[in-house]
Amino acid sequence: MHKLMKIHVKYFASVRDLMGTESKDLDIDKSLSVYELWKDLTVKLNVPKDVLIAVNHKYVDKDFKLNDGDEVAYFPPVTGG
Amino acid sequence: MKIEIVDERFDPWQSLVDYKKNDLQNNPKIGASSVFLGTMRDFNEDSDVTGMELQHYPGMTEKYLEDIVNTAIKKYKIIDGLVIHRVGMLEPTDPIVIVATWSEHRDNAFNATRDIMESLKAEAPFWKKESTDKGFRWVKPADSNIETEDTQNEAQ
Repeated sequence: MHKLMKIHVKYFASVRDLMGTESKDLDIDKSLSVYELWKDLTVKLNVPKDVLIAVNHKYVDKDFKLNDGDEVAYFPPVTGG
Repeated sequence: MKIEIVDERFDPWQSLVDYKKNDLQNNPKIGASSVFLGTMRDFNEDSDVTGMELQHYPGMTEKYLEDIVNTAIKKYKIIDGLVIHRVGMLEPTDPIVIVATWSEHRDNAFNATRDIMESLKAEAPFWKKESTDKGFRWVKPADSNIETEDTQNEAQ
Protein backbone atom coordinates (compact mmCIF):
# COMPACT_ATOMS: atom_id res chain seq x y z
CA MET A 1 0.00 0.00 0.00
CA HIS A 2 1.25 3.44 -0.94
CA LYS A 3 1.87 6.05 1.69
CA LEU A 4 -0.74 8.79 1.49
CA MET A 5 0.52 12.13 0.25
CA LYS A 6 -0.84 15.29 1.80
CA ILE A 7 -1.61 18.01 -0.74
CA HIS A 8 -2.89 21.50 0.04
CA VAL A 9 -4.98 22.95 -2.79
CA LYS A 10 -5.77 26.64 -3.29
CA TYR A 11 -8.03 28.39 -5.77
CA PHE A 12 -8.11 32.04 -6.77
CA ALA A 13 -10.38 34.47 -8.62
CA SER A 14 -12.86 32.95 -11.11
CA VAL A 15 -11.54 29.45 -10.39
CA ARG A 16 -12.38 29.96 -6.70
CA ASP A 17 -15.92 30.97 -7.70
CA LEU A 18 -16.18 27.90 -9.92
CA MET A 19 -14.95 25.52 -7.22
CA GLY A 20 -17.00 27.17 -4.48
CA THR A 21 -14.16 27.13 -1.96
CA GLU A 22 -10.84 28.86 -1.26
CA SER A 23 -8.82 25.78 -0.40
CA LYS A 24 -8.88 22.14 0.57
CA ASP A 25 -6.58 19.50 2.01
CA LEU A 26 -6.35 16.19 0.19
CA ASP A 27 -4.74 12.83 0.87
CA ILE A 28 -3.86 11.11 -2.39
CA ASP A 29 -2.63 7.54 -2.63
CA LYS A 30 -0.78 7.73 -5.94
CA SER A 31 1.53 10.19 -7.59
CA LEU A 32 -0.48 12.54 -9.78
CA SER A 33 0.49 15.37 -12.07
CA VAL A 34 -1.01 18.75 -11.26
CA TYR A 35 -3.25 18.43 -14.32
CA GLU A 36 -4.42 14.92 -13.40
CA LEU A 37 -5.41 16.24 -9.98
CA TRP A 38 -7.18 19.20 -11.61
CA LYS A 39 -9.17 16.82 -13.84
CA ASP A 40 -10.14 14.73 -10.81
CA LEU A 41 -11.26 17.83 -8.92
CA THR A 42 -13.28 19.30 -11.78
CA VAL A 43 -15.22 16.28 -13.03
CA LYS A 44 -18.67 17.49 -14.17
CA LEU A 45 -17.50 21.12 -14.42
CA ASN A 46 -16.79 23.21 -17.46
CA VAL A 47 -13.31 24.28 -16.57
CA PRO A 48 -11.23 27.10 -18.05
CA LYS A 49 -8.79 25.80 -20.62
CA ASP A 50 -6.18 28.40 -19.77
CA VAL A 51 -5.92 27.62 -16.05
CA LEU A 52 -2.51 28.48 -14.57
CA ILE A 53 -0.93 26.16 -12.03
CA ALA A 54 1.64 26.90 -9.32
CA VAL A 55 3.29 24.51 -6.87
CA ASN A 56 4.88 25.96 -3.74
CA HIS A 57 4.56 29.49 -5.19
CA LYS A 58 6.18 28.67 -8.55
CA TYR A 59 4.52 28.24 -11.96
CA VAL A 60 4.69 24.65 -13.22
CA ASP A 61 3.75 22.76 -16.38
CA LYS A 62 0.67 20.54 -16.54
CA ASP A 63 2.73 17.35 -16.17
CA PHE A 64 4.51 18.43 -12.98
CA LYS A 65 4.27 15.55 -10.46
CA LEU A 66 3.05 16.37 -6.98
CA ASN A 67 5.02 15.42 -3.88
CA ASP A 68 3.98 14.93 -0.28
CA GLY A 69 3.37 18.28 1.44
CA ASP A 70 3.05 20.34 -1.76
CA GLU A 71 0.79 23.37 -2.02
CA VAL A 72 -0.81 23.52 -5.47
CA ALA A 73 -2.78 26.53 -6.69
CA TYR A 74 -5.13 26.80 -9.69
CA PHE A 75 -6.09 30.19 -11.07
CA PRO A 76 -6.98 32.09 -14.27
CA PRO A 77 -4.56 34.33 -16.21
CA VAL A 78 -3.37 37.19 -14.02
CA THR A 79 -4.61 40.78 -14.35
CA GLY A 80 -2.61 42.95 -11.96
CA GLY A 81 -1.08 46.37 -12.46
CA MET B 1 14.73 47.18 -2.87
CA LYS B 2 11.23 47.51 -1.55
CA ILE B 3 8.28 45.23 -2.39
CA GLU B 4 5.03 45.89 -0.62
CA ILE B 5 1.42 44.76 -0.91
CA VAL B 6 -0.99 47.17 0.76
CA ASP B 7 -4.67 46.61 1.52
CA GLU B 8 -5.64 50.25 2.06
CA ARG B 9 -5.53 53.36 -0.14
CA PHE B 10 -1.97 54.67 -0.15
CA ASP B 11 -0.22 57.87 -1.23
CA PRO B 12 2.33 56.76 -3.85
CA TRP B 13 4.24 60.06 -3.79
CA GLN B 14 4.64 60.01 -0.03
CA SER B 15 5.75 56.36 -0.22
CA LEU B 16 8.35 57.34 -2.77
CA VAL B 17 9.67 60.19 -0.66
CA ASP B 18 9.70 58.07 2.49
CA TYR B 19 11.67 55.34 0.76
CA LYS B 20 14.21 57.31 -1.20
CA LYS B 21 14.53 60.72 0.42
CA ASN B 22 17.97 60.10 1.94
CA ASP B 23 19.38 58.29 -1.08
CA LEU B 24 18.20 60.89 -3.57
CA GLN B 25 19.82 63.60 -1.52
CA ASN B 26 23.01 61.75 -0.71
CA ASN B 27 23.74 59.13 -3.37
CA PRO B 28 25.93 60.74 -6.05
CA LYS B 29 25.69 57.62 -8.24
CA ILE B 30 21.99 58.18 -8.99
CA GLY B 31 21.58 60.16 -12.20
CA ALA B 32 18.07 59.07 -13.17
CA SER B 33 14.81 58.22 -11.43
CA SER B 34 11.88 56.74 -13.34
CA VAL B 35 8.38 56.28 -11.99
CA PHE B 36 5.23 54.58 -13.27
CA LEU B 37 1.92 54.97 -11.45
CA GLY B 38 -1.16 52.96 -12.35
CA THR B 39 -4.51 54.28 -11.09
CA MET B 40 -8.05 52.99 -11.29
CA ARG B 41 -10.31 54.29 -14.08
CA ASP B 42 -14.07 54.60 -13.84
CA PHE B 43 -14.58 52.83 -17.17
CA ASN B 44 -13.38 49.66 -18.91
CA GLU B 45 -14.36 48.37 -22.32
CA ASP B 46 -18.06 49.28 -22.70
CA SER B 47 -19.03 49.81 -19.06
CA ASP B 48 -18.88 52.29 -16.21
CA VAL B 49 -16.87 50.84 -13.36
CA THR B 50 -17.85 51.89 -9.85
CA GLY B 51 -15.50 49.70 -7.81
CA MET B 52 -12.93 46.95 -8.04
CA GLU B 53 -11.75 44.05 -5.90
CA LEU B 54 -8.09 43.14 -6.27
CA GLN B 55 -7.21 39.64 -5.15
CA HIS B 56 -3.70 38.20 -4.84
CA TYR B 57 -1.89 35.03 -3.83
CA PRO B 58 -0.04 35.92 -0.61
CA GLY B 59 3.51 34.64 -0.63
CA MET B 60 3.70 33.88 -4.34
CA THR B 61 2.96 37.48 -5.31
CA GLU B 62 5.78 38.87 -3.17
CA LYS B 63 8.17 36.19 -4.45
CA TYR B 64 7.44 37.02 -8.09
CA LEU B 65 7.68 40.79 -7.56
CA GLU B 66 11.04 40.32 -5.88
CA ASP B 67 12.26 38.09 -8.73
CA ILE B 68 11.03 40.59 -11.33
CA VAL B 69 12.85 43.51 -9.69
CA ASN B 70 16.02 41.45 -9.20
CA THR B 71 15.97 40.52 -12.89
CA ALA B 72 15.69 44.22 -13.82
CA ILE B 73 18.50 45.14 -11.43
CA LYS B 74 20.81 42.64 -13.17
CA LYS B 75 19.66 43.33 -16.73
CA TYR B 76 19.73 47.12 -16.60
CA LYS B 77 22.26 47.57 -13.79
CA ILE B 78 19.84 49.80 -11.93
CA ILE B 79 20.84 50.94 -8.47
CA ASP B 80 17.51 50.20 -6.81
CA GLY B 81 13.84 49.43 -7.47
CA LEU B 82 10.52 49.73 -5.68
CA VAL B 83 7.09 48.17 -6.26
CA ILE B 84 4.03 48.90 -4.14
CA HIS B 85 0.78 47.20 -5.23
CA ARG B 86 -2.69 47.61 -3.82
CA VAL B 87 -5.13 44.78 -3.00
CA GLY B 88 -8.63 44.76 -1.50
CA MET B 89 -11.55 47.00 -2.43
CA LEU B 90 -10.68 49.97 -4.66
CA GLU B 91 -12.55 52.98 -5.94
CA PRO B 92 -11.91 54.99 -9.12
CA THR B 93 -8.86 57.28 -8.79
CA ASP B 94 -7.23 54.95 -6.23
CA PRO B 95 -3.57 54.21 -6.94
CA ILE B 96 -3.15 50.54 -7.96
CA VAL B 97 0.59 50.22 -8.42
CA ILE B 98 3.71 52.32 -8.28
CA VAL B 99 6.97 51.15 -9.84
CA ALA B 100 10.14 53.19 -9.48
CA THR B 101 13.74 52.56 -10.45
CA TRP B 102 16.96 54.46 -9.96
CA SER B 103 20.05 54.26 -12.15
CA GLU B 104 23.10 56.16 -13.34
CA HIS B 105 21.60 56.96 -16.77
CA ARG B 106 18.04 57.53 -18.02
CA ASP B 107 17.80 54.67 -20.52
CA ASN B 108 18.37 52.07 -17.82
CA ALA B 109 15.75 53.54 -15.51
CA PHE B 110 13.15 54.01 -18.29
CA ASN B 111 13.65 50.47 -19.59
CA ALA B 112 13.75 48.84 -16.17
CA THR B 113 10.51 50.50 -15.06
CA ARG B 114 8.79 49.43 -18.27
CA ASP B 115 10.10 45.86 -18.01
CA ILE B 116 9.04 45.53 -14.38
CA MET B 117 5.50 46.68 -15.23
CA GLU B 118 5.18 44.34 -18.22
CA SER B 119 6.49 41.36 -16.22
CA LEU B 120 4.20 42.22 -13.32
CA LYS B 121 1.18 42.23 -15.63
CA ALA B 122 2.18 38.91 -17.19
CA GLU B 123 3.36 36.95 -14.14
CA ALA B 124 2.45 38.38 -10.74
CA PRO B 125 -0.63 36.60 -9.33
CA PHE B 126 -3.16 39.43 -8.99
CA TRP B 127 -6.76 39.37 -10.25
CA LYS B 128 -9.20 42.23 -10.77
CA LYS B 129 -12.95 41.93 -10.31
CA GLU B 130 -14.93 44.96 -11.46
CA SER B 131 -18.24 46.21 -10.23
CA THR B 132 -20.14 47.66 -13.20
CA ASP B 133 -23.66 48.77 -14.02
CA LYS B 134 -24.15 45.25 -15.40
CA GLY B 135 -22.91 43.46 -12.26
CA PHE B 136 -19.58 41.96 -11.19
CA ARG B 137 -17.08 40.55 -13.66
CA TRP B 138 -13.53 39.19 -13.51
CA VAL B 139 -11.23 41.17 -15.75
CA LYS B 140 -9.65 39.19 -18.56
CA PRO B 141 -6.11 39.88 -19.70
CA ALA B 142 -5.96 41.88 -22.92
CA ASP B 143 -4.64 38.98 -24.99
CA SER B 144 -6.73 36.24 -23.36
CA ASN B 145 -9.46 34.37 -25.15
CA ILE B 146 -10.88 32.22 -22.41
CA GLU B 147 -12.50 29.02 -23.56
CA THR B 148 -13.91 26.22 -21.52
CA GLU B 149 -13.65 22.52 -22.01
CA ASP B 150 -16.16 19.90 -21.01
CA THR B 151 -14.39 17.34 -18.84
CA GLN B 152 -17.30 14.94 -19.21
CA ASN B 153 -16.96 14.83 -22.98
CA GLU B 154 -13.21 14.62 -22.87
CA ALA B 155 -13.35 11.63 -20.50
CA GLN B 156 -15.47 9.66 -22.97
